[in-house]
Amino acid sequence: MKARSTKGNQSSSGFKLSSIKEGYWGYIFISPWLIGLLVLTLWPMLQSLYLSLTQFHLLESPSFIGLGNYEEIFNSDKTFAQSLRVTFIYVLFSVPLKLAFALLVAMLLYQSIRGMSLFRAIFYLPSLIGGSVAIAAIWRNLFGLDGMINKTLSLIGFTPVDWINMPSTSLSTLIALSVWQFGSAMVIFLAGLKQIPKDLYEAASVDGAGKLRIFFKITLPLLTPMILFNLIMQTINSFQMFTQAFVVTKGGPIHSTFVYALYLYEKAFVFFDMGYASALAWILLIIIAVFTAVLFATSKRWVHYEN
Amino acid sequence: MNTILKLAARYIVLAAGSLLMIYPILWLLGSSLKPNEQMTSSQLFSSELRWENFVEGWSAIPGFTFGQFFSNSFLVAGLSVVGTVLSSAIVAFGFARIQFPLKNLWFAILMLTLMLPTQVTLVPQYILFKSFDWVGTALPIIVPHFLAVSPFFVFLIVQFIRGIPRDLDESAKIDGCSMPGIAFRVILPLCVPALVTAALFCFIWTWDDFLAQMLYLTDTAKYTVPLALRLFLDNSSAVTWGPMYAMAVLAIVPSFLLFAFAQKYFVEGIATTGIK
Repeated sequence: MKARSTKGNQSSSGFKLSSIKEGYWGYIFISPWLIGLLVLTLWPMLQSLYLSLTQFHLLESPSFIGLGNYEEIFNSDKTFAQSLRVTFIYVLFSVPLKLAFALLVAMLLYQSIRGMSLFRAIFYLPSLIGGSVAIAAIWRNLFGLDGMINKTLSLIGFTPVDWINMPSTSLSTLIALSVWQFGSAMVIFLAGLKQIPKDLYEAASVDGAGKLRIFFKITLPLLTPMILFNLIMQTINSFQMFTQAFVVTKGGPIHSTFVYALYLYEKAFVFFDMGYASALAWILLIIIAVFTAVLFATSKRWVHYEN
Repeated sequence: MNTILKLAARYIVLAAGSLLMIYPILWLLGSSLKPNEQMTSSQLFSSELRWENFVEGWSAIPGFTFGQFFSNSFLVAGLSVVGTVLSSAIVAFGFARIQFPLKNLWFAILMLTLMLPTQVTLVPQYILFKSFDWVGTALPIIVPHFLAVSPFFVFLIVQFIRGIPRDLDESAKIDGCSMPGIAFRVILPLCVPALVTAALFCFIWTWDDFLAQMLYLTDTAKYTVPLALRLFLDNSSAVTWGPMYAMAVLAIVPSFLLFAFAQKYFVEGIATTGIK
């Protein structure tokens, strides 16, 4: 039976034959990804888990120290605590602000306004190039002591602030850089808005519902799946922010923008403390997993699914 | 009357918002053409445009020109695009159109890896590539693209294929078309819009990527544009801001052009993956 099925016989001699053959084709087709998954993701993850239990400085072979790295991280590593604190503040501010702007602009652009695609392009553009070193280079000067932000603020009577070089304000420049890139979340909201049936709005306004009421009773509930999606993807990305902190502020001043990914990078590739860095990586994975799980778990209460 | 006023208000808000959004980019453009003594002036564009900034910036890193960094970047990003489009298309066809054992499990894993932070595999991948003797070359950046390592693109194309009627597969099968035949002659040619979207995103993300390039491209001769810019930025004194900004402008030109000419592919790409 099997022999016949490999001969490319397309006759209807049996449903089973063709499904065995299909299964074999299925694995051939997904094999590039499967190899990548095993070699570049799963195996490295297991190795990283093992390395996190060792002391390992690239040139020597790893020596097993059990939970030593984790104990040091949680008990005495002040830099870890600082980088975690900075990262949490960054995520907590940048993600909600980004989504709020994305939703606000999407609402303004929706309802087929003339020139909509031009506006959409302009609002989306920063998302596309915002992660580049070129933009990071401008940011340093825009927020510099005699940069444009201070020049503009001084017009309305503020004294100039050295945004980048003061520990109290440096992180806010990175949050601003992140919020500026709300475009991709906005495009997702726009697509979501288009899917809301028009007759729902009409029925509501016939019933005499006001704008605000329509927003909270119809628009917002029907957008909750997109809000959840954006929330999860943006949170995950924000936890991993690296380039901006590396180029704009270099983690400083006095570690005020020393985000988690920067600390991990420094441990791994400046001090070559690979075991310790692996432990840091697993802690990050667990933090992100917990955040995602909590978002998914609460989503049953607030995300509105049709049918 | 009321509705006209409301519409006008909306346009004013949108126009002001747009200006705010592109202001940093306009500022970059203006600064790239400013003489140094006017760098901190509050005018966006100086009265006299200094095009020499581009000439000086081009060869500002001793022993190299930005021509070399651009060709390095194009090579890395171009090969990554080829790898991503080929591998993602094949894998996506497998997931979207073929029934095979454990398919749902594998697909769930694919979706999970979408959320996996890159930091977790950063160290062991580095060790792996070091054992291959690949550190110092672009291989650690390019080769993973041939193994469909970005689940985003596979998912994007899967979503697109799901929208193609199954009758096409069935009739091709009846005509005696083999599985690769259905994939490469029937379905994938219809996926060109999704493949273009994947290619565009892959190009821009690889073009802008910084961490991996910094880790693996250690030799200045192999530097890509972001690495060269960072080197330039860190070595810039007040004297060289203009040339540095000129190179920053050139660095975003490819992404900008792609976006200007193919906006709809970007927008549709995000919209189809964002919504299930």
